[in-house]
Amino acid sequence: MTSEVTETSNQSLSALSNDERVCLREGSAVLRISESDATSKTKNEITETSDPSEETRMILNMGPSHPSTHGVLRLILELEGETVERSKPVIGYLHTGMEKTAETLSYTQGSTNVTRMDYASPLFTELAFSLAVEKLLEIEVPVRATWIRMLMCELNRISSHLLFQATNGMDLGAVSMMIYGWREREEVLRFFEKVTGLRMNHNYIRPGGVAVDLHDGWQDDLRNLLEIIPPRLDEYDDLLTGQPLFQKRLQGVGSLNTSEAIALSATGPILRSTGYDWDLRKDEPYLAYDQVDFDVIVGTHGDSFDRFAIRLNEVRESLRIVEQILDLMPSGDYRIQDKKITPPPRARIDESMEALIHHFKIFTEGFHVPPGEVYAAVESPRGELGCYLVSDGSPNPYRMHIRGPSFVNLQTLPHLMRGGLIADAVAVISSIDPIMGEVDR
Amino acid sequence: MNVPTVETFGQKVLHPKVEELIDLATELKQEGFNMVVDLTAVDYLSFPTRADLPENVNPERFEIVISMINHQTRERLRLRVQIQEEDPVVPSLFDLYPGTESMEREVFDMFGISFSDHPDPTRILMPEDWVGHPLRKDFSVGQIPVQFKASKAKR
Repeated sequence: MTSEVTETSNQSLSALSNDERVCLREGSAVLRISESDATSKTKNEITETSDPSEETRMILNMGPSHPSTHGVLRLILELEGETVERSKPVIGYLHTGMEKTAETLSYTQGSTNVTRMDYASPLFTELAFSLAVEKLLEIEVPVRATWIRMLMCELNRISSHLLFQATNGMDLGAVSMMIYGWREREEVLRFFEKVTGLRMNHNYIRPGGVAVDLHDGWQDDLRNLLEIIPPRLDEYDDLLTGQPLFQKRLQGVGSLNTSEAIALSATGPILRSTGYDWDLRKDEPYLAYDQVDFDVIVGTHGDSFDRFAIRLNEVRESLRIVEQILDLMPSGDYRIQDKKITPPPRARIDESMEALIHHFKIFTEGFHVPPGEVYAAVESPRGELGCYLVSDGSPNPYRMHIRGPSFVNLQTLPHLMRGGLIADAVAVISSIDPIMGEVDR
Repeated sequence: MNVPTVETFGQKVLHPKVEELIDLATELKQEGFNMVVDLTAVDYLSFPTRADLPENVNPERFEIVISMINHQTRERLRLRVQIQEEDPVVPSLFDLYPGTESMEREVFDMFGISFSDHPDPTRILMPEDWVGHPLRKDFSVGQIPVQFKASKAKR
């Protein structure tokens, strides 16, 4: 009896046009119940409602501490047998009020704060924040700083996507992939450590430029990286892409079409996997992306396999960009020489009183930013990462908001999981690649 | 629709009234603004003389900021809607842009601005039983009190 009801409701669902389906208030894939409600229902296991379609449905709680939830994502799943009917991602377990904290930190300290949001690709949040501050200050950073930023961001995209390959493999049971992914990511992080001094949370891209210039011999380190990674990517292809078992786990699992993705404000690989060509690096070029040659990778089916393949090939495109940057890197300053914004060189402090005063002012009070509000967006590995900044003329932002791509992309999760098996839910979560630090901020 | 428009830092900003929001969004959606990229709010409690506000717009305590994008023309647009302090209610954009669901929940959670006709008007980041709205300017940052206890060693 129950199955009949589900069938008819499915039929009426398929009759709806695609973005109407995500618009549904009742009967959509999103389970809109409160957390306490879910907890009480979990205790009874099988819900006792008068609605016959819900008679045999079970509410299952998954997470927040679960190895496949990439941190502290909690899911409330409504199951019919082993099939996921509706679901609700419950977030906030990693909420530390970073937007509130930002209001008490100066612009100089701000990048230290934002870098901790998306901890798998910290340079992108720093970049979005710095671009927003620079727009308010109406300053142009030196060309070399722009290119260094681009180089570091592309390397960060590589390390972030390699991390995805590792965790995705682990979630699907290809555990050896986890070791390989971490291994290659470590190579990139080693380069980061040489440049920024830190493996993660770099605080490298700052308003006015970057923290330090590239070290001597950075070209050799990069060439070494460009030699190591491509053959390993081909290994991944052998290990994963061509494997029938791996394909069976991903192909056709968690499908989305373009109009649904756009209606749900999804960006990044999720939107591109539906065959929609949208990449801010191409469509709204920032930094110097209009001067390098690369392709935007799009999928066809919008399933988990496409999202996996897009990320794998984006690593190749990023390597292509890095190779071009190696030849095109201009010389010059790595940060703007404006004593009101960037600190003077260390040696000057010993000789010049003014330099000492500027240094002291920047690191105690910070610099003043003219009043205004601005939005700056960059293409992070997960999609559009935006920073909305309001300044009241003081050295602290009046309001700083980060539009986290993971936070918004997480809305597609119930729609991707609907009708799939609970075992596939793990594959779907992994293919969204949410970073909880950025979801909860 | 005739709405006060400002250009700041090369970005186009519209200032509709809260009653005009749904009509304007409907119009913009037909014009090709197919995605709401971001929806957030600002509490202007301690900065009432805010920047870039056109003269004929009456400043209120809260402001909803909606960023939209037109993928065809690659145009961006920002809507800044003034919301009064007493009984802050905004019509939800869910029916036009379902992607605003969690962003509106975040604004409700952080600022206490309710969205009428929202399908799931609950907190999203803070615990369900939390009192107050953290990103309001009159919500203190809070600190964990550090207790320095004298050692009980006998002398």
